[in-house]
Amino acid sequence: MSAILEADDLHKRFGAVSAAADINLALARGSVVSVIGANGAGKTTFLNMVTGYLRPDHGRIRFDGQELVGRTPRQITRLGLARSFQIPQLFQTLSVRENLLVAEGIAAAERVEEAADALLERFSLGPYAARPAGLLPEGVRKLLDVAMALVAQPKLLLLDEPTSGVAADEKFAIMDLVMGAVRGQGVTVLFVEHDMDIVSRYAGRVVAFYDGRVIADGAPAAVLSAEEVRRYVIGEDVRAAA
Amino acid sequence: MRTVPALAAASAALLALAPWAPQWLVFLLALALAKGLVVLGLLLLMRAGLVSFGQGLYFGLGAYAAALLAHRGGLADAALMIVAGTLGAAAVAALVGLLLARYREIFFGMLSLAFSMILYGLLVKSSTLGSTDGFSVHVRHFAGVPLAEGAERRIFYAASVLAVLALAWALHRWLGSHWGRVTAAIRDNELRVEYLGASVYRVVYVNYIVAGALAGLGGAFAALAVGHVDPETAYWTTSGEFVFIAILGGTGNVLAPFLAAIIFEALRTVANQYAPNVWQMALGVAMLAIILFLPGGLWTLARRKA
Ligand SMILES: Nc1ncnc2c1ncn2[C@@H]1O[C@H](COP(=O)(O)OP(=O)(O)OP(=O)(O)O)[C@@H](O)[C@H]1O
Ligand SMILES: [Mg+2]
Repeated sequence: MSAILEADDLHKRFGAVSAAADINLALARGSVVSVIGANGAGKTTFLNMVTGYLRPDHGRIRFDGQELVGRTPRQITRLGLARSFQIPQLFQTLSVRENLLVAEGIAAAERVEEAADALLERFSLGPYAARPAGLLPEGVRKLLDVAMALVAQPKLLLLDEPTSGVAADEKFAIMDLVMGAVRGQGVTVLFVEHDMDIVSRYAGRVVAFYDGRVIADGAPAAVLSAEEVRRYVIGEDVRAAA
Repeated sequence: MRTVPALAAASAALLALAPWAPQWLVFLLALALAKGLVVLGLLLLMRAGLVSFGQGLYFGLGAYAAALLAHRGGLADAALMIVAGTLGAAAVAALVGLLLARYREIFFGMLSLAFSMILYGLLVKSSTLGSTDGFSVHVRHFAGVPLAEGAERRIFYAASVLAVLALAWALHRWLGSHWGRVTAAIRDNELRVEYLGASVYRVVYVNYIVAGALAGLGGAFAALAVGHVDPETAYWTTSGEFVFIAILGGTGNVLAPFLAAIIFEALRTVANQYAPNVWQMALGVAMLAIILFLPGGLWTLARRKA
């Protein structure tokens, strides 16, 4: 099957820091891929380049046959590529329901109110519907952030650490809700994640970043047991263990 | 409080005053409503987190466009003047907005001030427009109907009440719609609005034009109420007054600008009469009190009662 996203030869420097150094990555349509990597490995930078927030110094990104480099986040969203954020980007003074109404209205949903209520239901946000987004617990903020990204009915969904800052037992609940919402719709999902239990449970493929490079890419079991990954990503002292 | 019934009741009461209220009261209310229209436009901008310190630009443009039509154009018809003031201001806002819609916070505020000072400078320099003195306007018709001698100001006032009723109602509807929600969303998080697929620039630009048009309409009504225009209409203290009234009333409701404008004009009239030297000081103290104790403006009092 053809790739929905192809990133070729991506480079991005911030002064002396190389946040992307020759990244090549293709995502198969309908796949669920996890990106792992230590802090500062360049995971968010990759998402920022794909979604038009940052322009790569060099390289090409093709989505569904269209070149993305040079387009704005708004144009890219309209092509069918949506994202969530490591730090949820919400409308703090608006209620949870209003946040969803804004999103549905922009996506030009048929029946905006009903669509928003359906999302409240689907993501178990009902009890928080009237609460300002600025006053939500972290897990609920994360869920709302993802729910808003889904409103555009994207073909490709990029999630930046959807379960970070959330209690361990809540992480699976969040992922179950998110994956449940896209299941059976052919949506390609790429999620950045630090929790390896989540990675092995939900991803069909894992890509490991280190210092702006891809150091491993493949089936979860293989990638998670690779020595480089254990050393640079998971942070095990491989030699001591050996 | 339900906004639409309150708006209808207030308009009916204001309209009932038109035939018999003393001249000074008609004048005070007409000027307050004219300024309230400008502040209604500011409310729209402030909903997106933008404060213009230069709405005097459009207030002055509206006043001069209306007055020039009567004075130079020989078209001394109030209805035409109102349309000219509104459209003239909207047209300039459509141009200036192309630039201003890119700016935020203090840059937006100061740039809007800069444009208003340019107009002020032009008006002061232009001797054909009466320079600092401005010029008078005499209007004898309304939509082709000759006006009875002495009743003109009452007719203009009644027309402004109807305009306020229609526009406040329309803006109330608009703010409650998707557009109003996106406007508030922009104040909270522009990045997310763009990532949802909407153009922040376009929303700010359209709001800017609407605010300019409302200020132009207010300027035209003010010219009719006063019967005279001068560069003061575009001066920065006039723009400051609009911001003051906006903060006094708060941005919570479309009625707030008019309520605050009436209070403002009434206080000014009283102060002029009894304590001409303490007016500025009283304004300062009032502003301090509002910001400290009623950051949402006077409107929060009305809401608490309801
Ligand atoms: N806008 C920026 N300006 C300067 N440096 C940046 C910028 N964005 C990222 N960086 C740097 O680029 C590197 C990669 O950052 P990035 O945010 O992509 O890491 P990450 O893999 O998402 O890490 P984390 O797990 O902490 O979220 C880091 O060294 C970071 O400090
Ligand atoms: Mg990151």
